[in-house]
Amino acid sequence: MAVEIPENVVVSRLDALANWSRKNSLWPMPFATACCGIELMATGASRHDLARFGAEVFRFSPRQCDLMIVAGRVVMKMLPVLQRIWQQMLEPKWCISMGACASSGGVFDTYCVVQGIDRFIPVDMYIPGCPPRPEQLIQAIIDLQDKIEREGTISGKEFQQQSRQQRSRALLELPIVEVPSGATTQ
Amino acid sequence: MASQKALAALTQRFGKLETSEFRGQTRVVVPRDKLLDVVRMLRDELAFDLLVDITCVDYLNYRNAQHRFGLVYLFAVTETNERLTLRVFLDEPQLSVDSLVPLYEGANWLEREVFDMFGIRFEGHPDLRRILLPEEFTAFPLRKDYPLQGRGERHNFPVLTRDEG
Repeated sequence: MAVEIPENVVVSRLDALANWSRKNSLWPMPFATACCGIELMATGASRHDLARFGAEVFRFSPRQCDLMIVAGRVVMKMLPVLQRIWQQMLEPKWCISMGACASSGGVFDTYCVVQGIDRFIPVDMYIPGCPPRPEQLIQAIIDLQDKIEREGTISGKEFQQQSRQQRSRALLELPIVEVPSGATTQ
Repeated sequence: MASQKALAALTQRFGKLETSEFRGQTRVVVPRDKLLDVVRMLRDELAFDLLVDITCVDYLNYRNAQHRFGLVYLFAVTETNERLTLRVFLDEPQLSVDSLVPLYEGANWLEREVFDMFGIRFEGHPDLRRILLPEEFTAFPLRKDYPLQGRGERHNFPVLTRDEG
């Protein structure tokens, strides 16, 4: 029951084919709010040339994108916007948290800066650095491509796994020290 | 630096005002209820045609401070580059002062910012809303009795998981 296959035909799984095409045509959504955005622009420009990895098509419409790159600090007034844009993006989609501020709040441990976007949206890759070099962003995209190739399925059933629903970090607020109000002077 | 003429004219009209000078910058302390009159005189008679900035300082737990809040008004004469700083001190029950919007249109957003950050009310302001923080914010974050990391407002959001996205 041998099937005759011509030499110019390759047999593959549909999942592998989908992953292969997904990973090589990531369309980033630049959510650039701070200085990391400058490095993001440099990554897309000719010197570092993100086009070598098929991820050079920056789209400013979330409906055309499948990779959100959050570059910069996100404040509490911006977070609903971030979540809305994330929800507007179509599946399958991924998120890179670029730089110290997006990943952890960075040095901005104040009342209005969200201490890491992974508290509120799912994040696939974290990039350390303040701001990270373009090479680091490219490395993150390469790693993300490996991740897409490893675990993606065409039906997206990996997104329904229980482990993927859990937040990567517990929502632990830093202890709040209340200063007693009252006397103006000692 | 404010000219002696302007200072003398102010003193003549409003009596003895506390003044001080530091590195060529003159500062005049104005009583809360006289602010509008002083500013009207600055604008109409002494040619201070530019309101540079309005800001505020919270002196809670400040060494030797007499008052809780100190408003800072910076004025300038654009022709001669003469400058003058007005200070108005406020204490806890009476955290309001006359708005300067009738005299300087530019005071509108400056006063909204001071209101946003310190909760000082400007009487007669046409649109005293928060300008920087979200409207549902209730605290005044630049007051010294407000904790630096906030009271949890920054993390009071729904969490999106994978399949909600």
